[in-house]
Amino acid sequence: MLSKFKGSSKTPAVARSAGASLRVLGLTWLILAVWPLVAPNDYLVSLGGTFFINLLLVLSLNLLVGYAGQVSLAHAGFFGLGAYTSGVLSASLGWSPWAGLAAAPVLCALVALFVGIPTLRLRGHYLAMATLGLNAILSVLFVGLVGITGGPNGLIGVPSFTLAGWDLGVPAAFFFLAWTVAGLAMLGLRNLVQARAGRGLRALAASDIAAACMGVPVLRYKLTVFALSAALAGVAGSLYVHQNNYASPETFSFFNSVLLLVMAAIGGLGRYWGGFLGALLFTALPELMRSIHDAELLVFGVAMIVVVGYLPAGLAGLLDNRIKRRGGQP
Amino acid sequence: MLDAQFIQLLLAGLGTGGIYAMIAVGFNIIFKSTGALNFAQGEWVMMGGLFAAVAVSEMPVWQACLLATAAVTLVGWLSDRIVIRPLRNHAPLTLTLVSVGLAIASKSLVMLTLGKNPQGYPGLSGARKFEVLGAHVDAQTLWILAITVVLMLLTHVFFAHTRYGTALRAACANPEAAALVGISHRGAIAASFALAALYGGLAGAIITPMTLMSYDSGAMLGFKAFSAAMLGGLGNLYGALLGGLLLGVLETSIGGYLTTQFKDGVAFLVLLLILTVRPQGILGRPDVVKV
Repeated sequence: MLSKFKGSSKTPAVARSAGASLRVLGLTWLILAVWPLVAPNDYLVSLGGTFFINLLLVLSLNLLVGYAGQVSLAHAGFFGLGAYTSGVLSASLGWSPWAGLAAAPVLCALVALFVGIPTLRLRGHYLAMATLGLNAILSVLFVGLVGITGGPNGLIGVPSFTLAGWDLGVPAAFFFLAWTVAGLAMLGLRNLVQARAGRGLRALAASDIAAACMGVPVLRYKLTVFALSAALAGVAGSLYVHQNNYASPETFSFFNSVLLLVMAAIGGLGRYWGGFLGALLFTALPELMRSIHDAELLVFGVAMIVVVGYLPAGLAGLLDNRIKRRGGQP
Repeated sequence: MLDAQFIQLLLAGLGTGGIYAMIAVGFNIIFKSTGALNFAQGEWVMMGGLFAAVAVSEMPVWQACLLATAAVTLVGWLSDRIVIRPLRNHAPLTLTLVSVGLAIASKSLVMLTLGKNPQGYPGLSGARKFEVLGAHVDAQTLWILAITVVLMLLTHVFFAHTRYGTALRAACANPEAAALVGISHRGAIAASFALAALYGGLAGAIITPMTLMSYDSGAMLGFKAFSAAMLGGLGNLYGALLGGLLLGVLETSIGGYLTTQFKDGVAFLVLLLILTVRPQGILGRPDVVKV
């Protein structure tokens, strides 16, 4: 299904994953670690933490859409499911936030399997259709189950992470927690796309018939990637709820799922740094456009049309080309 | 069984269902011609309502509704002309993603020009109510039902018995073969966008007196109607009518008898169920391919 979408790029798959160099990743993460030291105030430090949460979300969606060729319109829903799972376990049942961080991805992956098993068997847009419904149902539940989630007023009194007596709710401490988790996710994505399984994934995104002929277990791969992607969104949700000590249903609306998809596309679907760039834009743009807040959506909408239609490799693709033209290492 | 409450809910449900059916036909037409799911469909519904709300201060309600429908039809045609036509040879998934951008851009343009306040206006017969077998029914509900039935009949006649309808069906079924006999695929896609916007705009213009409309209510209406289209069978005209009416009645009766809190989830639960049990929908043929 995705062949035309990616076919317009002349770069072969091998060269494309060259962007996933360990050196560049390590260097980038070291530079990012300086942020809490140079950021002028706590707000910007916590915005750094938010960036890593957004990174997990956009990266997981990029993995699913860009690498496996399946669209999820429930990523904000999984984000919310992770947030409420972790939040309710710690705020109402007194569990440790760390237990919540473990439980959130498990529940998200289970829900993903439940929706994915019937629909990923079918060729076409069926996962997109089902996840569209799933996000709407999750939103209705977040608002409707007042006794558990706090309903429209949101879930309050969620504790922060603590580690050996340290309060990780402090912006700089939380920054490094999110930095670590997001770094691990980037490393994991690098290993996945360079491994045999990653090549199998790209193959099934290009043509599932051809992939099946080459011995790629199509259904199992699609299911695994969808569950993994949902689990990552669940991790992001758990981090989010313990960072903000609060969760509100609007954060996890269907429309935010659409926005995440827009960010993944603008960043560069199927490009290693696509998720990173998409998340950077998603975090920074609302801050930069604060004075003309209402025009933000228009920018997103037009950018989506232009990028998907005319720059299918997104910002990451533009960056790759520029580096290559200068003859430098990608 | 046939008490007043039941009849009231049934008629209200059929009214909502008629709206879903009209929007669902819009989804079906574009799905047939491009293979894509059109995310902008719900935004056109919203535009129908808001455009009519602007026009209604200058003219009678029925004229405002017609004018708004015509304006939205133009928006649909322009959407194709500006955004879709240059990209029409891309895969359906690309067009679906482009329509996501189109939906966001349309919604924000409406927000920037017409503001964020919910709008409403009186129905086609004012706020008149009728009594049917002891139940109180809005005149607007009866209008919606009548318009749905007439529109569906016209649609049937158009696609089954006119030259243009047949040409459009041919271009959707096999673009290359249709091109060989002189039917332009480009023109067919343009026509399908204009038609789909017409259905959406009209649905929006006649539902607004019942529910109010604001710039962000399009997506919810659109995707409930999409569930209806899936329930009946995506791409099937009669499926859209059946799915819409069924979903409308189901949603309204669950809202009336069981719970209003979870009412908005009903359509999407139906969507998940139908995808699991019968992905081709009630009237669809089983040509869904398994991997």
